[in-house]
Amino acid sequence: MAHAATRLTRFNMTSLALGLAFLYLPIVILVIYSFNASRLVTVWGGWSLRWYHEFFSDRAMLDAAWMSLSVAAVSATLATLLGTLAAVGLARGERFRGRALFSGMLYSPLVMPEVISGLSLLLLFVALNAERGFWTVTIAHTTLTMCFVTVVVQSRLATLDRSLEEAAMDLGCDPVRAFLLVTLPLIVPAIVAGWMLAFTLSLDDVVIASFTTGPGSATLPIRIYSEVRLGVKPEINAICTLVIALIAVIIVVASFASKLSSARGESAAPL
Amino acid sequence: MSARRIFARPARLAAIAPYLWMVLFFLVPFGFVLKISLSQTAIAQPPYTPVFDFAEGRAALALAFSQLSFDNFRLLLQDNLYILSYLRSLVVAVTSTVILLLIGYPIAYGMARLPQRWQGVAMMLVIVPFWTSFLIRIYAWINILQHDGLLNRILLALHIVSTPVVWLSTDSAMYLGIVYSYLPFMILPLYATLSKMDASLLEAAGDLGSSPRQAFWLVTFPLSLPGVGAGALLCFIPIVGEFVIPDLLAGSNSLMIGQTLWLEFFTNKDWPVASAAAVALLLLLVPPLVLYDRLQRRQLEGGR
Repeated sequence: MAHAATRLTRFNMTSLALGLAFLYLPIVILVIYSFNASRLVTVWGGWSLRWYHEFFSDRAMLDAAWMSLSVAAVSATLATLLGTLAAVGLARGERFRGRALFSGMLYSPLVMPEVISGLSLLLLFVALNAERGFWTVTIAHTTLTMCFVTVVVQSRLATLDRSLEEAAMDLGCDPVRAFLLVTLPLIVPAIVAGWMLAFTLSLDDVVIASFTTGPGSATLPIRIYSEVRLGVKPEINAICTLVIALIAVIIVVASFASKLSSARGESAAPL
Repeated sequence: MSARRIFARPARLAAIAPYLWMVLFFLVPFGFVLKISLSQTAIAQPPYTPVFDFAEGRAALALAFSQLSFDNFRLLLQDNLYILSYLRSLVVAVTSTVILLLIGYPIAYGMARLPQRWQGVAMMLVIVPFWTSFLIRIYAWINILQHDGLLNRILLALHIVSTPVVWLSTDSAMYLGIVYSYLPFMILPLYATLSKMDASLLEAAGDLGSSPRQAFWLVTFPLSLPGVGAGALLCFIPIVGEFVIPDLLAGSNSLMIGQTLWLEFFTNKDWPVASAAAVALLLLLVPPLVLYDRLQRRQLEGGR
């Protein structure tokens, strides 16, 4: 018999439903209006792909989109590599000197205000006399997103049964081979999810990119941001819808990856 | 030697590359912020006079220390603009965190009470917006809140108001944007503690005669406090330095510290003052950051 104290009440259901509606309604409205034929963003003039045509003939926007996609791909790959190594060090390295500093450096960027990260990296690039553009933004995004990858992979490593690695070593594997043959295949879903998260975070960032990019190389969010400041434009609705569609595909792949990992009898990594 | 110890050595070697990366691109840049916050403004490119030149070695270093200037920090303390924007940031962050708790708790609570197989779906539904672009979600609200936007149309059609209400460039719009953007950050840690709670504790409370409401306040809520703390810090810290949301949704008559820093940097090109503002903001955030770091580490390492 279910006790009164643990039952799902009507209040529980209502707050859940309202909460989810609040989270999703604005995005649904945005997507619907991107197919609006009218120039006025708020007047419905029938269905149309007009604003998508507009976007695909807007050279500057397309350049920005290309820049964003390449920054996101390169920085996510670097971040996944570095973040996975960091997670292995933290989850399997036991105690070592500078460990507290290391984990502190990896956890703080998760909540650090972006204006500070952006400003500090820009000052470094200026001091190094680096030409600002694609690579400076990529390095900045790698630094931020590798911390997210570390958290995702580390929590996966923490739930992994360590006796598997130890058995492989008892059977004659050296640690590196034990890692590559036993551990790595088991954490691949978390690594994939980490890459996807890094990619979408990079695609989303406007503040850090504004600080670290140079003249003439704006990312898509920087361009969207400067357009939005001038007012709502239907073309932006279309671009946003395309970005949402891309992210939706990524989420499907990432959740498939984590399903795969739970099918292997381990709990999936959060995110 | 145990297998675990043998495994630890290459694992530590693996950490060298990310360690160096974080030192170079996270720690060292803070040194530069600190250094430039102590130097003078110059109308040049870059717009500051360096405190010291690396090439000149130790003598220059000694000279440089004698030239360190706290003028920028003095300015921060004297000019009302900065003090007011710090205060505003704190007020906005505290208010938003309280609203987020009030809205997020019932949602997380509802999630934790769902049948097991629906919990995963609900969690996915809360995480998805976190993946969706932050800027796009704010933009979606601008669409709705603008003068002839959907909200005003609905309110006019229902005869709730007779003239369009100004929503954009107000504090309410900013709070709405902040709550909307940070809600998943509040819900997830709350859900994580609430879903791990032992249901038999509540059954015991019920058997001993407490009403569901009493059981909630005497058992559930106290046990969920770690989640409340994690969620509150996860929201409070980034909201203090928030830039995009107040810039797009709030009016321009009072600024948050992130906006002031941005303005000094990009519009006034006063890098030293912007850096001093960043250092001050960071100092403000050190206590909550340390607290958060402790909670995070306890969860990842202690909970095994």
